[in-house]
Amino acid sequence: MELAVWTYEGPTHMGALRVATAMRGVHCLLHAPQGDSYADLLFTMIERRPGRPPVSYTSFQQRDLGRSTADLIKEAARAAYERFHPEVLMIGESCTAELLQDQAGALARGLGLPVPVLPLDLPSWSRKETWGAGETFHRLVRALLKPRAPAPGAPRPARASGQAPRANLLGPIALGFRCRDDVTAVSRLLAAIGVEVHIVAPLGARPANLLRLPEADFNVCLYPEIAESTCAWLERTFRQPWVKTVPIGIGATRDFLAEVGKLAASQDVVEAAARLMAKSGLSVPVGLGSSGDQPRPPQTHLPGMEVYAPRLPWYSQSVDATYLTGKRVFIFGDATHALAAARIVDQELGMRVVGLGTYLREQARPVREAAQAYGLEALITADYLEVEAAIAASHPELVLGTQMERHVAKRLGIPCAVISSPAHVQDFPARYAPQMGFEGADVIFDTWIGPLMMGLEEHLLTMFRGDFEFGEEPRADASAPATGGYAWETSGTGPTGMAAAAQSGALPESRTSTQSSADASFAPGSAVGPVPAGVAGQPPAAGTATPAVSTGSTSATAEGGDKTGQPVARSEVAGDTPAEPVWDPLAENELKKIPFFVRGKARRNTECFARERGIATITVETLYDAKAHFGR
Amino acid sequence: MTLASVPVPALAEGRQGGEGLLEASPQPEAAARDFPVACEGGQRQAFCGLAGIVWLHRKLQDAFFLVVGSRTCAHMLQSAAGVMIFAAPRFATAILEERDLAGLADANAELDRVVTRLLERRPDIATLFLVGTCPSEVIKLDLHKAAERLNQAFQTQADANRPGSPNQPSQPIQSQGLSATAATHPTGRPRVLAYSGSGLETTFTQGEDTCLEALVPDLPALPAGESSLLVVGTLADVVEDQFCRLFAELGIGPVHFFPPRSARALPPVGPGTRLLLAQPFLGRTARSLEARGARLLTATFPIGIEGTRGWFDAAARAWGLAEERVAAVLAKPMERARGALARYQEQLRGKRVAFLPDSQLEAPIARFLQQECGMEILVAGVPYFDRRLMAGEIDLLSRPQAGNTDGSFAVVEGGDVDRQLDAVRTARPDLTVCGLGLANPLEAEGLTTKWSIELVFSPIQGFEQAADLAELFARPLTRRARLRF
Repeated sequence: MELAVWTYEGPTHMGALRVATAMRGVHCLLHAPQGDSYADLLFTMIERRPGRPPVSYTSFQQRDLGRSTADLIKEAARAAYERFHPEVLMIGESCTAELLQDQAGALARGLGLPVPVLPLDLPSWSRKETWGAGETFHRLVRALLKPRAPAPGAPRPARASGQAPRANLLGPIALGFRCRDDVTAVSRLLAAIGVEVHIVAPLGARPANLLRLPEADFNVCLYPEIAESTCAWLERTFRQPWVKTVPIGIGATRDFLAEVGKLAASQDVVEAAARLMAKSGLSVPVGLGSSGDQPRPPQTHLPGMEVYAPRLPWYSQSVDATYLTGKRVFIFGDATHALAAARIVDQELGMRVVGLGTYLREQARPVREAAQAYGLEALITADYLEVEAAIAASHPELVLGTQMERHVAKRLGIPCAVISSPAHVQDFPARYAPQMGFEGADVIFDTWIGPLMMGLEEHLLTMFRGDFEFGEEPRADASAPATGGYAWETSGTGPTGMAAAAQSGALPESRTSTQSSADASFAPGSAVGPVPAGVAGQPPAAGTATPAVSTGSTSATAEGGDKTGQPVARSEVAGDTPAEPVWDPLAENELKKIPFFVRGKARRNTECFARERGIATITVETLYDAKAHFGR
Repeated sequence: MTLASVPVPALAEGRQGGEGLLEASPQPEAAARDFPVACEGGQRQAFCGLAGIVWLHRKLQDAFFLVVGSRTCAHMLQSAAGVMIFAAPRFATAILEERDLAGLADANAELDRVVTRLLERRPDIATLFLVGTCPSEVIKLDLHKAAERLNQAFQTQADANRPGSPNQPSQPIQSQGLSATAATHPTGRPRVLAYSGSGLETTFTQGEDTCLEALVPDLPALPAGESSLLVVGTLADVVEDQFCRLFAELGIGPVHFFPPRSARALPPVGPGTRLLLAQPFLGRTARSLEARGARLLTATFPIGIEGTRGWFDAAARAWGLAEERVAAVLAKPMERARGALARYQEQLRGKRVAFLPDSQLEAPIARFLQQECGMEILVAGVPYFDRRLMAGEIDLLSRPQAGNTDGSFAVVEGGDVDRQLDAVRTARPDLTVCGLGLANPLEAEGLTTKWSIELVFSPIQGFEQAADLAELFARPLTRRARLRF
């Protein structure tokens, strides 16, 4: 038995629902007890889908267990077919139904419906959502295409002359992180080098489209967690090669273009890719007649060009971005996004990866390899408490993770951005916001760097240290929004208000003393930060979808060091532990000389330093020893 | 075509709804018995009873809810709980694994281990609820037995650690396991209870019913000869406080609320107790309390001005208060409520509303909207309709309304979600009250919705909240009128 307060992934059948919902013409019958239909609201609310997810539930209750649930399944399958006329009917079971061993798939098959019935084998007790999604997609593609498999060893038919190279984009799925916009960004990228997008699946595809997958020259595995096994099968069965690089980040996008050039087997594509890559760097030749030796900032719209040239390389090179250099970043999420983020942080932003992990055990190997390259031990865990402890221990200045890591970061007062599912409604923004391609790189720059204070501001504020206007102590209301932040509603009549109202009057849950003493109690009544979508709460439609950063304004408890580094009030917990170091008054005064926006961090670091060395009283010397130890 | 004219099957005999097996209940009054409620089968779009944990854990401030189930249960709870999941909430799921499914002996040992670890991390817990789920029931994991076992273990250890006990060791207990937990527990021993929140047994709000039912045996006995008023059903603290003030002014007391704010401060019950239900979904709890001698008062539910008036009237009658007295005390809040409500009546009058089944609150809310706001109720879909508990409401519905020959509306129990949506699309109500799995799809079809779970999480009972309740229905109409695209 695993004690879980939070689970990164839902049950296995949730993955199947994500595939069915992503597609058109597919209906899923889920043999499940009453109550399992809660899953619908994740699609209608988090992704704001304007239609119901295409799933029917047998919704059996106790009284149905007395007689035959088999009848329920057959009735439901017939009703689903008659009402929805799907091209394919998938039959699945939730965890409880699996225990009943009703053989729902076989029963539905026996009905002789005039559409293919695909029974799904979804082991609910040993697998989880992401695996379920990949497996469902694989099963569906296999079921549809196996009958059309060519004889083993038969060569691929040659591409018709004059036909542009075609690629399928595989992996984008419902409730996937930015899938909607990544498809657009990658399609545009491929179009810019002369590659046609043939089929996108599962997102938006019909079963009839899947039958045409083998027509493309190669597959692009956009999300390995979802599409890797399918790509491998298509390669084995139809000799279709596949692109393994995921184009998130400048370097990865260039690698992607190079790999596409190879697989497209077209010199035109190779040359177009090379030209595009050249335009994505620092030195960009500006039209004819300019000197190619002079590095100049790239322009996004060069004459005659319709492709997107990213600003990230220039922005990273610009002078105030030196404040990013060496900043500590903790990264956690699904493997695809975590690995991509690590590379961007390390090679394209000049920051330092101090933590790297994933909740997907199936992806442990690539994440471990990457972590090793950064001199780290990978964190492979689905226990959010372990992740939280790792974040606290690594003292990052930026946390990139799922919605859970965002909440942890807020509680610890660390800037953060969401880079991976599971995510909430604000991470499915109204505006176009891909992660992939050169367009995505710029979105990433804005999203991740926004939360960090801009370098010039930092220099200016240093000059005002000790100034009466900027105040030594945190303001009583701490309500000034920080740069680029949005004040989140703490109460109101929307669904957000529901959660806040439900929480009002509740006792703040205090943290245990095993945490750093600087960590704030999370007082639910203060509704810190954006309220994720749940039945009980919906965030207001905020302008910025990501990052959902602590603005400091709603940290009404003002106990935590928020991202502006306001002084951390001593939490009650700090005094309880006998080993807690005490500040000498001279040291306290010295601390005040540190700019208020980093004072919190300095205090935390010094206390941590002292605690680790069993130092009982923090003196001025201790303060500077700690500073030398931690650097910066 | 109105939803009410959809052909309905004959009333089902002895319908149990989502309640499972029960002892025979006292017969509802004749009017209640004859009130027409159509019953339909089909795919149910409803939460299971686990969802009740979301508000019960906020109400019972020292209780912890340990769901014993699958990842589906954990996932559902965090989807329903939204932001609360991040506040180190007092609920969690013990996720069964394949090893646990293999043999029940293992599962029980695992459960003990999980409970120990939990109580070590949360020594502030006074009451631990083991909450049954669909999987735990299918594998017949007996959580009541587990609760007994754990209570026994805690009791044994508490006895052993009593100062002066011959078993008292000379050194502090270092051992792990249940013993250490009990020894360090600040209040003595944590009490372990079990109830079912499984979708097989409970639909949404019925999860509160089974939880309260589990607490009933532990309620202290009201001394013989004493009387009390027990208000049953979770109310927002602010509403409770308002009601307390009014009961005090009326001279009705002592008044207790069940559930209380602390699981350590359970209200007494006995033959002198009069039960006043604040929520309609508490059939099992009512029967358990009656088995302890309490008497159920027939009343409306405190929704809307007239409903709240009727609710206080029921208590006043039981206390033998004169009508003039009651009228005098309630006059001011009623007048204030009428003034506040008037703001929304114009907007709501004549608008057609349909309820899809969700919480069992549909019928009293529909009654309020029709009688006090002038709305037209196309249908009130309910997951279950308890005739006995609804007797007061039925009575109110049966009274002739000014200008209305028929004060009632169609109540349909259960129902197939796809057929209900068909009916909604045909009838095109001005407002459809439904769950969040259906709201956006209907909005996208141009049908204005009111998301039903807001009615469960908002304070809507009492005079001071009557206008707030109306506003929840006015707002979607206002928005539709305002947006220009």
